[in-house]
Amino acid sequence: MKGAELLDVYLPRPARLLEKRRLTPHETWFHFEMDEAVALGYWPGQFLEISIPGIGECPISISSAPSNESDSRFELVVRAVGDLTRALHALEPGQRIGVRGPFGSRFPVEDALRGHDLLFICGGIGLVPVRSAINYVLERRGDYGELNILLGTRTAADRLFTDELYAWKKRDDLQLRETVDVADPSWGADVGVITRLIPRLKLQVENTRAIICGPPIMYRFVLNELKKLGMLPEHIYLSLERRMKCGVGKCGHCQINGIYVCQEGPVFSYADIAAVREAI
Amino acid sequence: MATKLIDQSLFQHWVRALIAATRVYAVQEKQNGFAFDALARAGDLRLDYDVTILPPKKYFLPQQEVLLTFDRETMSFKSVFDPEPFVLLGVHPYDMVAISQLDKVFAKDNLDQHYRVRREAATIVVCDVQKVSPNAFSGCMGQATMEGKEGHDMLLTQLDDGRYLLEAVTGKGMALFESLADASPADEKSLQAREEIWAHNRERLQQHKLKPAPSELPGLLDKSYDHPVWEERAALCYSCGSCNLVCPTCYCFDVRDELNWDMRTGQRLREWDGCMLREFAAVAGGHNFRAEEAARYRHRYYRKGKYSWDAYGEIACVGCGRCISACTANIANPVEVFNRLLEDDE
Repeated sequence: MKGAELLDVYLPRPARLLEKRRLTPHETWFHFEMDEAVALGYWPGQFLEISIPGIGECPISISSAPSNESDSRFELVVRAVGDLTRALHALEPGQRIGVRGPFGSRFPVEDALRGHDLLFICGGIGLVPVRSAINYVLERRGDYGELNILLGTRTAADRLFTDELYAWKKRDDLQLRETVDVADPSWGADVGVITRLIPRLKLQVENTRAIICGPPIMYRFVLNELKKLGMLPEHIYLSLERRMKCGVGKCGHCQINGIYVCQEGPVFSYADIAAVREAI
Repeated sequence: MATKLIDQSLFQHWVRALIAATRVYAVQEKQNGFAFDALARAGDLRLDYDVTILPPKKYFLPQQEVLLTFDRETMSFKSVFDPEPFVLLGVHPYDMVAISQLDKVFAKDNLDQHYRVRREAATIVVCDVQKVSPNAFSGCMGQATMEGKEGHDMLLTQLDDGRYLLEAVTGKGMALFESLADASPADEKSLQAREEIWAHNRERLQQHKLKPAPSELPGLLDKSYDHPVWEERAALCYSCGSCNLVCPTCYCFDVRDELNWDMRTGQRLREWDGCMLREFAAVAGGHNFRAEEAARYRHRYYRKGKYSWDAYGEIACVGCGRCISACTANIANPVEVFNRLLEDDE
């Protein structure tokens, strides 16, 4: 048995930064490519373990939609909150990182969501993983029904992907509604919590599938509104944040009761976790 | 089944031969207790121990291990494995059960090669309990003896007349008989004597009496999520994680990087972690998904009595009693918690 030949689930593979762009004072967008164009084979909703050796490793959601099965490029959006994310922000094009993954479950874009009206509900950087699903759907627009996107941010300055949001707003095959917690005088849209946008939607509820991602506090309020609309738990998908340290179902940090989020999540059908006490 | 029945001097000869042939880790006296450590002399072996301070899981999941080395300049990573063979001598049955549970955990879904390489390099000699620790309750958990269990390579029992009965149960175990070629196999009488030791151990390894049957624990916990016992006991908890560290079935870990003096190369380390520690479920940005002591305390008991049952069909408490001894606040006795849940359920 030769050590080097063993498949090691903890071994990162190198990727190179192609370009980066500051989206807000705290969040930066990164475009990476795997060395030797190794295929990642990821799906919307999945995450990667990103390494900067010497600093560490942390789980980060993939924000791009895979263009095909052999896609070796991926996009991340990272908020600088810790040592590793701050080091990522300092990275320059051409520099490299380590990558493990992709890990976790996906938004069911190819099965449960296909052919249905979709309601995306995102709070803050919850848009980052959901953007992967939205762009996946937009590239195959004819395969899905009505498209509604609700977006809540703290202030207008915290909005991510403003170019894309502008482009979405101009499309006539989707409805984007936005709200901010705190508005300045130039803000022309809604102010207040994201749940206020839900009763105004004209949905065919039984044909609608909801996809939710946001800060921990957001879920119970949004779920409550969807319940009022009569939406079934099995028609609601949530992406849950936890501390997915190892990504392979061992280290224990991401557990919600008995569930390893890095294995069974981060995307869950609400029907599967409604009774799991630590989930929401 | 291959057995040998040997007297004390031949046993000493056997241990010396093992030390000469391979790395041997065995139970020895350490300060006021006992610990597994590298065995240098046969005379240091203490099979009359009651319980070791740390469980032998440290030979498969060390307190700290290098998972890989890296080079920041070339962005290259290289796995580090430890395939050197060793004999682990004197593991008690309940600790062997715990190792077998870890085998399942580290093989499930994504095979952990670092664990597997160490595990396959090991030959495990289990030793029947000779002295009972004050907090032992493995008898209540059905884990006092190796009857009906596997995972070990050899079972060693000291009979009341001082002789040792060695039973090899795998090829690796058979290989340990090399220096005992002339020794005779165990006779009917000594095998009968061993049965009596097992029966005795099943009874006496019950220093705390668990009222529910182990198989009742998952159902009992299922009904007890909002039971006041979690708040009551956790109110005294220091969140020190001692119960995690001494537990033979706890396996949670953290991973961190260490940079060498050249600021270019370094290693990624895996270290023991514990779900009772305050920051265990905290994410970047500050949110802590198990910020309350009671939530962490309950989580630990659910992991032992329910989640492992749901995932592997096993109760992840083997009754070693180490957590009871290690807890400063005296709140970690699983028997007290489980008995309380049963009493309030009745």
